[in-house]
Amino acid sequence: MADAIPTPLDAGPTREARRRVRSKRGPLAYVLRTVVVLYLFFLVVWPVSVVVQRAFAPTDGKPGGVGPLWERLTDPAAIYAFNLTLTISFWAVVINTIFGVGISLLLVRHRFPGRRALSVLIDLPMSVSPVVIGLALVLTYSTSLGIFGDVMQATGLRIINSTPGLIMATAFVSLPLVIREVVPVLEEVGEDSETAAKSLGANGWQTFWRITLPTIKWAVVYGVVLSAARAIGEYGAVRIVSRGAEFNGETATLLIQNEYQAFNEAAAYAAAFVLVVLAVLALVVVTVIRPQESHRS
Amino acid sequence: MSTLDTERPDPAPAQPRLRKRRSRRSTLTRASGVGLGLAVVWFSLLVLIPLAAVVIAAADGGWSTFVNTITDGDTAAAIRLTVAEAALVTVVNVVMGTVIAWVLVRDRFWGKRVLEVVIDLPFALPTIVAGLVLLSLYGPDSPVGVNVVNTRQGIFLALLFVTLPFVVRTVQPVLLELDAEVEEAAASLGASRATIFRRIILPALAPAITAGASLAFARAISEFGSLVLIAGNQPRYTEVASLKILKYIEGDQQAAAASVAVLLLLVAVVVIVVLDIISRRVAARG
Repeated sequence: MADAIPTPLDAGPTREARRRVRSKRGPLAYVLRTVVVLYLFFLVVWPVSVVVQRAFAPTDGKPGGVGPLWERLTDPAAIYAFNLTLTISFWAVVINTIFGVGISLLLVRHRFPGRRALSVLIDLPMSVSPVVIGLALVLTYSTSLGIFGDVMQATGLRIINSTPGLIMATAFVSLPLVIREVVPVLEEVGEDSETAAKSLGANGWQTFWRITLPTIKWAVVYGVVLSAARAIGEYGAVRIVSRGAEFNGETATLLIQNEYQAFNEAAAYAAAFVLVVLAVLALVVVTVIRPQESHRS
Repeated sequence: MSTLDTERPDPAPAQPRLRKRRSRRSTLTRASGVGLGLAVVWFSLLVLIPLAAVVIAAADGGWSTFVNTITDGDTAAAIRLTVAEAALVTVVNVVMGTVIAWVLVRDRFWGKRVLEVVIDLPFALPTIVAGLVLLSLYGPDSPVGVNVVNTRQGIFLALLFVTLPFVVRTVQPVLLELDAEVEEAAASLGASRATIFRRIILPALAPAITAGASLAFARAISEFGSLVLIAGNQPRYTEVASLKILKYIEGDQQAAAASVAVLLLLVAVVVIVVLDIISRRVAARG
């Protein structure tokens, strides 16, 4: 990828020489390679391919193929579910991107009391169980149980069992993704060009739009793709804060669970197929963006 | 926050004194101060207050209620099973993850780039789809005649799937940076392959392996989505902690749910602290 650009790492023996040394392999290397390929095949590749196959397979006496799959996906319940998932994910990603870029700038460019604590706490959402996240939101915002229940009751605002709750749950689980991508880039580029822009009379906004944002552009895009993938696929937290009934808070992932448990496996596999495709798409986009980023820095 | 609160009402004359203090304690301008305030408010409403609410709900009945809940037969069994499965999965990941990272870095063969994508697939797939994926091959109408539904092996398999990338992705970059010359030097001095691995490679990889292992362990402890369709929720057999929480919530026993949730939260916090210590130690070493 970055072969064309000489880096300090290349000093001394050339990369090629090093590679030659490293690829000297005995029988052990072949054993390990076989073990790895088989492990990944049985754990990931084969199961995923069976899901894809099932999505196109004939069911209930109907022939399989693209037509029936399309029919199952354009079922009103499925359309509602995917629509809801996309709406929630859109808002969660928008919120996380604004919040993420803002907090990254604050964490990297400023010093303030509690900065270290904040940077550690920011990572917390990624390691909290989705069920616990759902429970936490219910215990805070539910009208009957929540600590803000009275406020919810008084204002008539509904969060739990309604779309705002779904957006919050989704924003919670994908919160650190943008920040994790943007912070290292900001740290690496330093603030020389920002200081230069400011000394030439640019105000804060101009510096941000013309200098800072272009440098972190790819990191933001990367973080957005990761957040979107995570948001679309969220299940656990959403399950707790949503009613999860057909046409009533049933997201795509909840649809898969409901249909599968209702022995309507064809519909479950059809929806799962779409999510598999989206996940692979996200992976491809991410691998395409990655090299670009390393070329730039 | 306290700096911001005292700053705003301060009139202009106090400016020079404030500057001086700011340069020591914070570099916030007025605009970024407001931004930080907003960010902290949102972060509190979304994350901190809800997580605190869980702890409050768990502490509501006092220490004895908390202890009674988590030592209650079914719940204690669920916690034991979760920890045991997570530990086992972590051990497999430490070995397999290191081997996979090794093969990806040191070996070269056709299709290696495909494997790179395959490694990330479990991260990218929604957890409920991960469960369905495994069920389609190892479930009720399995084409290979294996059915792991409602078994502990099924839980093990699902956890193995969702934790696959952690150790691989933490070990891989370290292995890439590892200098082959040191290994060659050791080899030229007569060290065997096993010695080189044990004395040179393993110590260098140890922090990364530990970091990956803690991430995998935390994920396995808290996993929910991929287990919903597979585990079957049989008390004292296939019921794990996260599914026990769900059962409590659905049974309107929020306090009990919160007690188990606090345990999971504790694991998450411990893992974050461990990772922070590792990354600081590695950074200090240079």
